[in-house]
Amino acid sequence: MAFKDLLDRFKHGLAKTARLFDVRSWFGRKVDQDFLDELEAKLIRADVGVKATQILIDRVREAYADKTADEDLLAFLKAEMKALLQDPQAGALAKAPTNPTVILIAGVNGSGKTTSIAKLAQRLKDQGNSILLGACDTFRAAAADQLAIWAERSGADMVRGNAGADPASVAHDACDRALARKVDYLIVDTAGRLHTQTHLMRELEKVRGIISRKIEGAPHESLLVLDATNGQNAIQQARIFSKSIACSGVILTKLDGTAKGGVVVAVRQQTDLPVKFVGVGEGIDDLQPFDPDAFVESLFS
Amino acid sequence: MFDDIQHRLSDALGRFKVRGKLTEANMQEGLRAVRTALLEADVNYEVVQRFMKRVTEKAAGQALIKSVRPDQQIVKIVHDELIELMGEGDPHIRFEKAGPTVIMLCGLQGSGKTTTCGKLARRMLGLGRKPLMVAADLQRPAAIEQLKVLGQQLDIPVHAEDPEGTDPVEVCRRGVSQAEKLGRDTVILDTAGRLHVDDELMDQLKKIEKKVRPHQVYFVCDALTGQDAVASAGAFNAALELDGVIMTKLDGDARGGAALSVRQVTGVPIKFVGMGEKLERLDPFDPQRIVGQMLGMGDIVGLVEAAKDAVDEEEARRQQERMAKGKFDLDDFRKQIVTMKKMGSVKDLMGKIPGMNQMGSMLEGVDADAEVKRIQGIIDSMTPEERRDPHKIDISRRRRIAAGAGVEPQDVSGLVKQFDAMAAMVKSMSQMSMMDRVRMLSGLGKAGAFNPGALLKTPKQGTGKRLTPKERERQKRLREKEARRIQKEMREKRKGGPNP
Ligand SMILES: Nc1nc2c(ncn2[C@@H]2O[C@H](COP(=O)(O)OP(=O)(O)OP(=O)(O)O)[C@@H](O)[C@H]2O)c(=O)[nH]1
Ligand SMILES: Nc1nc2c(ncn2[C@@H]2O[C@H](COP(=O)(O)OP(=O)(O)OP(=O)(O)O)[C@@H](O)[C@H]2O)c(=O)[nH]1
Ligand SMILES: [Mg+2]
Ligand SMILES: [Mg+2]
Repeated sequence: MAFKDLLDRFKHGLAKTARLFDVRSWFGRKVDQDFLDELEAKLIRADVGVKATQILIDRVREAYADKTADEDLLAFLKAEMKALLQDPQAGALAKAPTNPTVILIAGVNGSGKTTSIAKLAQRLKDQGNSILLGACDTFRAAAADQLAIWAERSGADMVRGNAGADPASVAHDACDRALARKVDYLIVDTAGRLHTQTHLMRELEKVRGIISRKIEGAPHESLLVLDATNGQNAIQQARIFSKSIACSGVILTKLDGTAKGGVVVAVRQQTDLPVKFVGVGEGIDDLQPFDPDAFVESLFS
Repeated sequence: MFDDIQHRLSDALGRFKVRGKLTEANMQEGLRAVRTALLEADVNYEVVQRFMKRVTEKAAGQALIKSVRPDQQIVKIVHDELIELMGEGDPHIRFEKAGPTVIMLCGLQGSGKTTTCGKLARRMLGLGRKPLMVAADLQRPAAIEQLKVLGQQLDIPVHAEDPEGTDPVEVCRRGVSQAEKLGRDTVILDTAGRLHVDDELMDQLKKIEKKVRPHQVYFVCDALTGQDAVASAGAFNAALELDGVIMTKLDGDARGGAALSVRQVTGVPIKFVGMGEKLERLDPFDPQRIVGQMLGMGDIVGLVEAAKDAVDEEEARRQQERMAKGKFDLDDFRKQIVTMKKMGSVKDLMGKIPGMNQMGSMLEGVDADAEVKRIQGIIDSMTPEERRDPHKIDISRRRRIAAGAGVEPQDVSGLVKQFDAMAAMVKSMSQMSMMDRVRMLSGLGKAGAFNPGALLKTPKQGTGKRLTPKERERQKRLREKEARRIQKEMREKRKGGPNP
């Protein structure tokens, strides 16, 4: 392989950090247990997890047993991972044939739901859409106030209920208003909840139920907000939230820190849930469509 | 206890004939299982590597203890070592003699600082202190409002300023003087969430520390955190010299390995754990419990949590007294079934009990919830007298009850018989601590003896044929034997010393 090709292939990573040198030091080594252990360490440190890492390593072992680990190997592994993480709809959100399109947002406490909604609203607004927000977190202190501030900043309309009101009733009112105004998008915020809290998961199912009863085909997207600093628990979150509200994708937040968010590899392997967007800051513009290439490169950097 | 890891270890060691002594070679597979468990619990990779080295050195050369299996012995070593590394829980807060004691909370975005601020303040109230909270997060939309709401709920003052034209350092400083003026003796500073790599915001924290001189600085850490915990906790510790850590969101099924990472990288004690969103859900840190969780019995905690939510305290106390007196009857049992239903479906519950997981597959083809309903139906068809004293139920009563509930007469006698076994156990449980009960529950989960679920009809086998009465009898004997063994263990444990 020409040196130039090689450079092209690793452009991202090479440019990014000198730490990639320790990856380069793998070149020319034999694929022995030590080598695989090192690879394992890298992936586990990025929160990919033991099981998902094992699956990847087994693929490498099969393909490269007793061969020399050249630049090919890493490219092979990265290509596998990129292919795995590819979103068939690549970054696009579903759109209902008639307004409104409803997006339901859920996730564990503090993962970044409300902020992600603000970012999503801004993004859709910038694309010329009218937006209505439904503040169905009636539990956490000042949750609706928080969303209201964001709504104002992005120029979106909002429906809220009283503190402690039934979230399903707020969802109901939000659907009514969305239908009456024929808005392009209704985005529904929900309270943070741990997936082990059965009664709260039922509550969420009820919200979804109301939405689908009020508006045909809705919610058109049910997005799970995962915190990139989370470890292996995110797998369980994805499983149980998916079961409960049939998630269609993931928003991976807080990728601007040092956490790699590698657990989404395991999430994809085990639940097939694709990442749609990533959050890279607290500002309203800090949302990007998920880019599997950049993401995989950063796992190894 | 240690069901998950125990299971894996016995698997790993089963393939070996470990004789005489534990050696690095014969433990290798077993230790690999331990390593996997810790990594899956999100303990940091480097921390795990170091830990494994330590444990291997400690275990190698140890003679095998005759009365326990090698896997149990290894788990014991691992467990003790983890407990030691986790350090003691230390829920005490040192209060200053003169002037208000100032506590600062810091951490990453969304870790639970503001909520924990309210929880700590509530705890202060309980200690007879007079807290004041300071809203020093001028960044996040409605952060001030959030803290104000918590202040109202607790009926304690909150110092807040209009974010325009002020900065967090000033807010904190004026908050402390405000406390002095109002005669408040404890000040809790709620700071904005920030990334440890955000130099500007980390400098701001350092500035607060320099200018306001908080007496205690606590790092609020999300228990769901993965490998990155060492990086963030390390950076906050380097910037601020932390005095303690508070782990939040431990009420779910997170294995909480971050606790060990954070403890290792900062060296400061974990003081409290957040066990829910409500302000009363702050517990002193218990190393025993978190180690158990890390090794894979975390779901039990979730189960207890679910039980807490569903159980009517008053009723629970009443039942407890009745159990202690040996008066627990089918009426009480029926109430427990109703409570259990509130906690979720039987399948959900089973999933939460280690050891019961495996029962999940046994339950294939059986609608567990319908079965529980059936049991309830049987009890409902009894007269109050029969419920108080099931032994009164003779053949003709049995027929009547069966007809009323739409089941076979032998289903009625089966329920009565198993109720007997359970009542005895329930009695001994009423004298145990909560933790012992949980342990017992998990042990029995395997045996399927304590839980209305245990009374379920034996599931159909793959052939669609029901178990023969003989097979059923055998299964029941096994269950009862396991129950007796655990009871005995518990008794011995109680004799051996005070409850943990
Ligand atoms: N650095 C960073 N911070 C983020 C990102 N997304 C959200 N946050 C911050 O994370 C914190 C929690 O965000 P919220 O949007 O309130 O989270 P939530 O899921 O709505 O929280 P609950 O409703 O309480 O469960 C806030 O301080 C946000 O500013 C991100 O992509 N990067
Ligand atoms: N289940 C559970 N949820 C918790 C716990 N502690 C806090 N939360 C929830 O976590 C979410 C975030 O909590 P906050 O107190 O707003 O977190 P924060 O660190 O102040 O967030 P920022 O100020 O945005 O950085 C909220 O939904 C809380 O209700 C806990 O111990 N268990
Ligand atoms: Mg929110
Ligand atoms: Mg806060």
